[in-house]
Amino acid sequence: MGRETQTEGKPSASFDTVAASAMMKELQAAYCSGTTRSYGWRISQLKCLLRLTEDHGEDIAQALRSDLSKPELESYVYEISMLKNSINLALKELKKWMLPEKAKTSLTTFPSSAEIVSEPLGVVLVISAWNYPFLLSLDPVIGAIAAGNAVVLKPSEIAPASSALLAKLMGEYMDGSAIRVVEGAVAETTALLEQKWDKICYTGNCRVGRIVMAAAAKHLTPVLLELGGKCPVVVDSNINLKVSCRRIIMGKWGCNNGQACISPDYIVTTKEYAPKLIDALKKELERFFGRDALESPDLSRIVNTNHFSRLTKLLDEDKVSVKVIYGGERDQSKLKIAPTILLDVPRDSLIMNEEIFGPLLPILTVDKLEDSFDIINSGMKPLAAYLFTSDNKFRERFVRNVSAGGLVVNDTAIHLAVPSLPFGGVGDSGMGAYHGKFSFDTFSHKKAVMYRGFIGDADIRYPPYTKTKVRLLQALVSGSFLAIIRALFGRS
Amino acid sequence: METTVLLEDDLEDMRMYYRSGKTRGESWRRSQLQGLLLFLKKKEGEIFEALAQDLGKHPIEAYRDEVGSLTKSVNYALNCLSEWMSSKKAKLPLIAILTTAEIVPEPLGLVLVISTWNFPIGLSLEPLIGALAAGNCVVLKPSELTPKCSFLLATALPTFLDGKAVKVVEGDSTTGERLLRQKWDKILFTGSSRIAREVLAAAAEHLTPVVLELGGKCPVILDSFSRSWDKEVAAQRITWAKFNACAGQACIAVDYVLVEERFIDEWLELMKTWIKKLFGENPKQSCCNARIINKHHFTRLRMLLEDPKVQSRVVHGGDMDEDNLYIEPTILLNPPLQSAIMMDEIFGPLLPIITVKNIEDSIQFISSRPKPLAIYVFTERESFRQRIQAETSSGSLIFNDVIIQYLADTLPFGGIGESGMGKYHGKFSFDTFSHHKAVVRRSLLVDFWFRFPPWNEQKLQLLRSAYDYDYLGLLLIVLGLKRSS
Repeated sequence: MGRETQTEGKPSASFDTVAASAMMKELQAAYCSGTTRSYGWRISQLKCLLRLTEDHGEDIAQALRSDLSKPELESYVYEISMLKNSINLALKELKKWMLPEKAKTSLTTFPSSAEIVSEPLGVVLVISAWNYPFLLSLDPVIGAIAAGNAVVLKPSEIAPASSALLAKLMGEYMDGSAIRVVEGAVAETTALLEQKWDKICYTGNCRVGRIVMAAAAKHLTPVLLELGGKCPVVVDSNINLKVSCRRIIMGKWGCNNGQACISPDYIVTTKEYAPKLIDALKKELERFFGRDALESPDLSRIVNTNHFSRLTKLLDEDKVSVKVIYGGERDQSKLKIAPTILLDVPRDSLIMNEEIFGPLLPILTVDKLEDSFDIINSGMKPLAAYLFTSDNKFRERFVRNVSAGGLVVNDTAIHLAVPSLPFGGVGDSGMGAYHGKFSFDTFSHKKAVMYRGFIGDADIRYPPYTKTKVRLLQALVSGSFLAIIRALFGRS
Repeated sequence: METTVLLEDDLEDMRMYYRSGKTRGESWRRSQLQGLLLFLKKKEGEIFEALAQDLGKHPIEAYRDEVGSLTKSVNYALNCLSEWMSSKKAKLPLIAILTTAEIVPEPLGLVLVISTWNFPIGLSLEPLIGALAAGNCVVLKPSELTPKCSFLLATALPTFLDGKAVKVVEGDSTTGERLLRQKWDKILFTGSSRIAREVLAAAAEHLTPVVLELGGKCPVILDSFSRSWDKEVAAQRITWAKFNACAGQACIAVDYVLVEERFIDEWLELMKTWIKKLFGENPKQSCCNARIINKHHFTRLRMLLEDPKVQSRVVHGGDMDEDNLYIEPTILLNPPLQSAIMMDEIFGPLLPIITVKNIEDSIQFISSRPKPLAIYVFTERESFRQRIQAETSSGSLIFNDVIIQYLADTLPFGGIGESGMGKYHGKFSFDTFSHHKAVVRRSLLVDFWFRFPPWNEQKLQLLRSAYDYDYLGLLLIVLGLKRSS
């Protein structure tokens, strides 16, 4: 079916600028030939992607186990099922998405008709992340293909088994003339970033986000950046505590053991309520993961020693280690850290000043819950913010006053699964959005097309200018029919 | 430097003002839009005066292209504001019971608008409409190349608006650079692609999203027509769009024309006739011609013509007066494709006409060049229209007219590739200065137990069915009537 994927065997410096440039030329030629623009091609590629996902569920789960010790269920639910849904939605809706949108025209441009036509951007680059290596690689690729682009995918080298599997399967299933996978690390990514792309989609952290955007700036390439941030959870006292705790736990430790961009990062609750919350969390944690969480097969491990060290450093910081009230156990040989809760760490500690991306959950207490708004708004805008409350007024104030990519009330992470909602950040948590039709849109150019006739031209817009023309012009520009009539009859 | 400190303090004050929430309510936004309307109305005379002094623009041209267009846009925004500000419900699958989802537009915060010199009022205030309608605080940096307009905006505009939320900063590129070093929630830049790269690089430092309204060589494809009426109108529109939109100094002005070689004589005659009709026998005397903005650009345009291989191709016009910064409407026939006039955006009243054997060749001609901000096509053939639509790419595509897309509130105005990124006008302005926040509200009443560990096969099966929206399957598994596979 497809040709051999353009991978260079071992991810080494053999994929350099020269190779990247050559690959670009091939993909541009493929795009210019018009292959990727047809509805038939897009559907066929999406169907290939669906088959790939369906045929190789086990291989994918295996790769995720190898890279992240991801529980099988998480692999199926968060990566495979979500991908299948995404593809099926695109298959179902693509025809509709591809239709031009009629735009109303006014008297000012009468007679005319106008529409907004979606066209592909050209050749796009998707740089993926390691925590949901299949989902975060293929979800953007679905959008890129649906929009009719040629695509290069660069999976994360930090999840090597997943990266290799993606390269192999995409090579087997997809049209290699327009869809490629390039494996590699910094050198390969740099070579890719030197090229002139029609769009770049990057999922990862802010630091590299800046690098990607700076590289894109040289070519005036637009970017979609899906970054992260410290996603806060504000917990009120008038809630169903058991359900809330379960949902918080799922969002935090049930999502790759906290290594997810939308994982709850920290909790804010009142001093009064904190003890109850902590007790309930402890109870539910034990129910889910057992007394010795390090042994639970239902928790992902930390991805590598780098991140393991990073997290233990956060835990072991002077004024922080004493604040651990639950968990804290770690096993370096297995790269496992148990679900850990901390209470009232200092605001200037490391753990409160960088995205945790791990199984550590600080709880900050305040006198009044309203104070949480200031805490959240004084930091960078996060990718998501969560609130648990039954107080509708407070809920609406939260929605109004807290800025984040997305907000969820009385649950965590779930907005990820709603394709009718744009998924993306704001400020430091990213720019642009995707999922569902937003994926199609983000990889499309919305071209304004206007059709005019030759009759009814108002030569009033042309010099030489006269008083009558001025009146008519004013009326025409205002779009008021009455004013036009008046002007035509010499009054205004 | 003292002025730097002043700037940063001002910005901090503006951020705090934004955080106070004053700019978020609908009434504040309406008041700002009304303020813009009042500014346009009360200061119309001074605006015309400033444009005449800076660019030699005729008041009617100024009204047509700037004041009138802005008035229309503000009124449109006022009419639509409530609708734009409202949250939009998002569809949820059946399984998401007791859940609501919506998209809530909210302001970004503090935004920067960098404007340019050819439509100094229009291109400053059009983005401002969107930024204020979306509830942001705004800093506007007008171009220093139009000092009277810049001064008018800096001194008069804030008096019609909330001076704590809107500031105008005058200055040259040094000021521009200083502004770019700050952290903004969005930047909208109108100008050249060279400076745009610097803007984007500066924005990358702070992960600031940008809209870049750049330019490019906007071509006209001129097909043949059966009716002479249509030919007249086409010639009139093209000559107008080239020579009367700020003397060709507009991002969406006609840059060059492609025409089939067997029709060249006819079209040339038509265009020469129309230049006379628009500007009279002696265009230099016509009051309807804007000036070239300054000596630098005058010299740039003169040098485009000085290339001997290009000079010999002039078939009409060519007269230049440096003291008055005047260049006569000039037509060239087939200048070399490698010459600067065919490689760089002209941005002036020089019109190259390139002949092709078949008009269909123009598609390949355009597609092999950087994507322009607009492509204009004059044709009566449906099949040709469809080919152009499918095989070319540009910010916008207009059939049988020129420039007019600028006035359409319902069409996105923006470029692609080298001609820019992002879009505005109408609701697109509001959207570009907003964050569309996804909001999900759930009930704490009901939950699916199979959401939670410890995991087992049955829970996996249930989740699979749930994600497939296979409600029957779900029920069967729960009832024990369907076995996990």
